[in-house]
Amino acid sequence: MAMVDEPLYPIAVLIDELKNDDIQLRLNSIRRLSTIARALGEERTRKELIPFLSENNDDDDEVLLAMAEELGVFIPYVGGVEHAHVLLPPLETLCTVEETCVRDKAVESLCRIGSQMRESDLVDWYIPLVKRLAAGEWFTARVSACGLFHIAYPSAPDILKTELRSIYTQLCQDDMPMVRRSAASNLGKFAATVEPAHLKTDIMSIFEDLTQDDQDSVRLLAVEGCAALGKLLEPQDCVAHILPVIVNFSQDKSWRVRYMVANQLYELCEAVGPEPTRMDLVPAYVRLLRDNEAEVRIAAAGKVTKFCRILNPELAIQHILPCVKELSSDSSQHVRSALASVIMGMAPVLGKDATIEQLLPIFLSLLKDEFPDVRLNIISKLDQVNQVIGIDLLSQSLLPAIVELAEDRHWRVRLAIIEYIPLLASQLGVGFFDDKLGALCMQWLQDKVYSIRDAAANNLKRLAEEFGPEWAMQHIIPQVLEMINNPHYLYRMTILRAISLLAPVMGSEITCSRLLPVVINASKDRVPNIKFNVAKVLQSLIPIVDQSMVEKTIRPCLVELTEDPDVDVRFFATQAIQSIDHVMMSS
Amino acid sequence: MDNGGGSSEAAAQPLEWKFSQVFGERTAGEEVQEVDIISAIEFDKSGDHLATGDRGGRVVLFERTDTRDNGGQRRDLEMMDYSMSRHPEFRYKTEFQSHEPEFDYLKSLEIEEKINKIRWCQSANSALYLLSTNDKTIKLWKVQEKKVKKVFDWNVHPEKAAGNGPIFGSHVSAIPKSYMANGGCGERNFGCASNDSSFPPGGVSSLRLPVVTSQETNLVAGCRRIYAHAHDYHINSISNNSDGETFISADDLRINLWNLEISNQSFNIVDVKPANMEDLTEVITSAEFHPTHCNMLAYSSSKGSIRLIDMRQSALCDTHSKLFEEQEAPGTRSFFTEIIASISDIKFARNGRHILSRDYMTLKLWDINMDSGPVATFQVHEHLRPKLCDLYENDSIFDKFECCLSGDGGRVATGSYSNLFRVFGCSEGSAESTTLEASKNPMRRQVQTPSRPSRPLGSLSGVVRRVKGADNSALDANGNAFDFSMKLLHLAWHPSENSIACAASNSLYMYYA
Repeated sequence: MAMVDEPLYPIAVLIDELKNDDIQLRLNSIRRLSTIARALGEERTRKELIPFLSENNDDDDEVLLAMAEELGVFIPYVGGVEHAHVLLPPLETLCTVEETCVRDKAVESLCRIGSQMRESDLVDWYIPLVKRLAAGEWFTARVSACGLFHIAYPSAPDILKTELRSIYTQLCQDDMPMVRRSAASNLGKFAATVEPAHLKTDIMSIFEDLTQDDQDSVRLLAVEGCAALGKLLEPQDCVAHILPVIVNFSQDKSWRVRYMVANQLYELCEAVGPEPTRMDLVPAYVRLLRDNEAEVRIAAAGKVTKFCRILNPELAIQHILPCVKELSSDSSQHVRSALASVIMGMAPVLGKDATIEQLLPIFLSLLKDEFPDVRLNIISKLDQVNQVIGIDLLSQSLLPAIVELAEDRHWRVRLAIIEYIPLLASQLGVGFFDDKLGALCMQWLQDKVYSIRDAAANNLKRLAEEFGPEWAMQHIIPQVLEMINNPHYLYRMTILRAISLLAPVMGSEITCSRLLPVVINASKDRVPNIKFNVAKVLQSLIPIVDQSMVEKTIRPCLVELTEDPDVDVRFFATQAIQSIDHVMMSS
Repeated sequence: MDNGGGSSEAAAQPLEWKFSQVFGERTAGEEVQEVDIISAIEFDKSGDHLATGDRGGRVVLFERTDTRDNGGQRRDLEMMDYSMSRHPEFRYKTEFQSHEPEFDYLKSLEIEEKINKIRWCQSANSALYLLSTNDKTIKLWKVQEKKVKKVFDWNVHPEKAAGNGPIFGSHVSAIPKSYMANGGCGERNFGCASNDSSFPPGGVSSLRLPVVTSQETNLVAGCRRIYAHAHDYHINSISNNSDGETFISADDLRINLWNLEISNQSFNIVDVKPANMEDLTEVITSAEFHPTHCNMLAYSSSKGSIRLIDMRQSALCDTHSKLFEEQEAPGTRSFFTEIIASISDIKFARNGRHILSRDYMTLKLWDINMDSGPVATFQVHEHLRPKLCDLYENDSIFDKFECCLSGDGGRVATGSYSNLFRVFGCSEGSAESTTLEASKNPMRRQVQTPSRPSRPLGSLSGVVRRVKGADNSALDANGNAFDFSMKLLHLAWHPSENSIACAASNSLYMYYA
């Protein structure tokens, strides 16, 4: 047991802790693996540290996960790209462990290393590794193998390429559904590296097998691959091979498969071109919008804008719009809600006339929906429709909707609408806002729920920012200050909060003349909670008002509060005075 | 049955059951601890492992020993004839505490630690995975061998390092908490590590890596995931999907679908809870996935029906695609009709074609392509029919007996009272009906209780007499006393061999034929 030189001691401990009983210490050492490697030097890292890590892979998953991640960026520490292959053995074992997240990370690191390795090294080291994993006894190795083909394939000589393709084909027919799932989800990446000639033959036949798998979970992933494969193929091949599959999938017996199609369909339109889109994809999409299963309609409804964007307006108006109309009165509130969250985006696609004629009635009916989420989703995207038709046409129906939401019995709904008020204000303009919404904003300050009062105070600040201090002076400040006389201390506290938020926006002058006196006055409140909040607010006002005002008004008030019987009041008052002194000193 | 001529030929000959092993045998007069009573038994898919759960929340694993020495040729062995002298033998492997008693403070409810069900998952590498559940919480366990490590050649002598601790402050193992509380160990400050560039290019030769040696291995069970807070009522079943990635859990009113990797969300796929709980007439008693079709699952109800649902049809599977129930014979209705119709357990046959169900009086075998009625009914408790009143009074009528099928689907088995269990042949033309006792001499109580024809009822059912002074017992057809406290609820059939494991209170008995 030799003692180590003093300056090396921490490194020595770090190395020892690779094997400590405490998992946190081992984890820490693994995270500092690069430090250890630098201390050992490149050669010893290659000859000792890496073999040591390969052998000691019997650790907790957290440690293994960290090891898999560290090794991915280890090339510099083993002596550069020409030695990168020494990193493969430990990662190979990590690719076979039971825990999914460790394997995924090991695969990710292997991909990162492989993409830097020299071509000859890939052939000598990397491809054999992929083949070993693909022939692994346990499914864990085979699952990992699927994610490495796209790195290994491009640099392989022709004969090996043929072999790799056939191995991948086997993986797609593996007994274990886990392996087939991994093969299906990596197919797109692998296909992107395969030559066009083989793409049409080998890869497409693999793909067709996967699309007919017994396990729904495999077919689902095959659907995901459709779009990726479609983009790789020539349009006519895509029409010949992918289109029939996707049309079939859109009528699959399993709602989950149809759900995936609904999510992916718009991506395929570009790949197949306009004519097949009109002939096949639009009808398929319309079917999905009218699916029996609400989950499928939700997915389809959520993509309606994206889908319309790639269609020409005529097709959209002719085929999609009627479905949208139906969906707006769908029996499932979640479908309507999904529709409401995207439907506003259709306005720019359809243009002004169609929007006014066709979309507006739908907006209006959704604005009257019994389910608050639907109404909220419409309101949240108002800016999009404003650009096309202007808000005037909507404002008549908008107001009742907002008022109703503002008074909803669920506070989360009220909270959501408050958060949209600044957006509404900017869209509707000052005039409309003053008449209708101003009173609501004040009403929220006296809500029963704290979160609402807090949001209401914040809302006033954002309105003041939007419309400027002058407007705020007229429409916000007087009403707010009046409420400081509310008999309930919680509401008075809300006003203090509002003042502290408004002050920076209003500027020094108004703060001194209008806000500060109210705060100072509140320091005489009978409730200690108000008093220490006064101290906090005063502290926040220090940077806003000028020095003389601080000394003349704020400090005396705080000094008085430091003699308060309540300990909290004294504490916050002292803290505020300290911060005055601090500002003084620094200036 | 139509699953291969071989099995029905073999089934024509009733099996001769022999005692194989017992674990946790009770000595005479020994009192059974409540916590030791076995509450779940399950073989894994290969039949190489057996797990039991008990009321104390423990899971005990057993491993098969008789095939071990043959290692690689196991597959060949399994192909060979059953009549080989070898039979499955198991030995204790390990045990762990799966569930602890808990208290739900929000509902003021005690949660028992009792293991309700165990299901094996796909094993990976040498690690075994299994799901265990009590009334509320499902846990995923991983059991694997870990090497016992001995580390040599430290850079810094461990004791010395600890002794030097205070000097080097934060990086001493004796005070691990300090840096954990600091939020992340990467924060630690390593004197010279901060100026890494100062290492000589060839590295520091005095540093060395620890040398690890290990000979022994140690079995370690670790809880990988906890699937909690998804059931308002008591979980009665869990079942793995053939896709190896999802499973269901069923309570009285709902069935939830989980992904094994995701423990913080599940999807409700069946909900039979009525809007008004006063309208409740039927609860879910058991649920199981089809062994190969990933989209099909069956669940049974307290009204004696089995529903087959297709998860492809819709996200919320409130409408079944098939309903299996037997119309009651007119005029037989009594106070007990509904209680005894309640199905306590259902199991799919391995081929997925048949479903076996157990209600209080019978075992029924259903063909999933025939929903007009069961293809076979086996009378298990017909002799108890005159005693239903007593059974109701002492709550025995609510006992939940499990059932199981042999791997080839040619035979079925279920438990009864007095630690008896019964095996029936269900192949075409088989009249096999054996009653066995969970003891070292299983054939001791061999009685010829008729099981077929199933209807009309056996004429012996009226013979039962009452024994004076024996409160908790009755006599079976042969005059043997029935002990209602000695009930054999849990049993499992080996997936590939004629071997049955059954639980008599705290003892695990294994039989072979």
